[in-house]
Amino acid sequence: MEQLIAIFIQAVFVENMALAFFLGMCTFIALSKKIDAAIGLGIAVIVVQAITVPVNNLIFKYLLEPGALAWAGYPDIDLSFLGFLSYIGVIAAIVQILEMFLDKYVPALYNALGVFLPLITVNCAILGASLFMVERDYNFGESVVYGIGAGVGWALAIVALAGVREKLKYSDVPKGLEGLGITFITVGLMSLGFMSFGGISL
Amino acid sequence: MSNDTQSYKELLLGPLFINNPIGLQILGICSALAVTSSLNVALVMCLALTAVTAFSNMLVSIVRNQIPSSIRIIVQMTIIASLVIVVDQILQAYAFDTSKKLSVFIGLIITNCIVMGRAEAFAMKNGPVSSFIDGIGNGLGYSVVLILVGAIRELLGSGTLLGFEILPLVTNGGWYVNNGLLLLPPSSFFIIGLLIWALREWKTDQVEETEYMLAPNSRSQEV
Repeated sequence: MEQLIAIFIQAVFVENMALAFFLGMCTFIALSKKIDAAIGLGIAVIVVQAITVPVNNLIFKYLLEPGALAWAGYPDIDLSFLGFLSYIGVIAAIVQILEMFLDKYVPALYNALGVFLPLITVNCAILGASLFMVERDYNFGESVVYGIGAGVGWALAIVALAGVREKLKYSDVPKGLEGLGITFITVGLMSLGFMSFGGISL
Repeated sequence: MSNDTQSYKELLLGPLFINNPIGLQILGICSALAVTSSLNVALVMCLALTAVTAFSNMLVSIVRNQIPSSIRIIVQMTIIASLVIVVDQILQAYAFDTSKKLSVFIGLIITNCIVMGRAEAFAMKNGPVSSFIDGIGNGLGYSVVLILVGAIRELLGSGTLLGFEILPLVTNGGWYVNNGLLLLPPSSFFIIGLLIWALREWKTDQVEETEYMLAPNSRSQEV
């Protein structure tokens, strides 16, 4: 249990997807102008991370890992090179299924998240979390916690940035730095702030 | 924009500065930040990305008339993912150390928006040859930024370029005190932010519109 909590805290703060690994930057910067949109996207990312990372964990453990096909009578097969293709396929499929499911059963949530869901397929934070999960060899329980943690960390970062940018638009920024430039520098400063979590040992 | 009006040279050189994927289109930023701490790694990343963009553009363009539009994203994803697997296997075979350093970032080329964005925006509408060149052009535009950032970070951060000592460090008996900040990830944000500023001072039409203007001070004289 303690180890799971450590993985969660580490995923949210120390190894924050957006501010320590710079994953999902494109949507992070493009959609952080309004806090409402940022919250919607953040929640969508948490939901998708919490589902895709464990599912990809199962796929890796039972289909792709060297020797994983032993249950089907093929102990010598190593399919790990198919990883990228499988993970992205799983992500695209789950996003699609989630979209249809929400549309049918939870229309209120669908209306809130609707526009953001398709964008998530190409959000590298999602694929990144799956790849890190494989690289670090998490088991199923750890991968659930890691998925949720990675999502929460990303959501936290985008909501914080949106908050800063809503105030920032009233300030007098040099002409060429306006928009994209100043956003980069703001994110850099936020990332410096998050680095202070690096000293936490769990 | 059809093939005939847009010459190959424009396709190749346009994305370098005028329509830079990172500076203007806000595409592919993720990897630009994470892999630039040394020039060597940045170069490998550039090569990998340029190759994937060029070939995925070409392949998507070849099959563009056969793809039903409702599943085009999945088809593009599959093509891109297959190419990335090839690149990853080549790197693991011939440049194992670099491939370890790049860790997940080679895999993340799949979701790099430059590749998807060009496949969707250009290759779906143009022939294979111009798509291929467009892919190389955008790959190069990305490379310019990545190499610049990588060079600045490695030179000022550890006094070396491609591992050769340029500025002798104090710790090795030289005179240069290295700037540790530049080895840390946040510095790439600052450098890219400043590069965008420089680019926009040069090409002023890229400057974004001001959302809110500060009202001028209405007092007639200083208080």
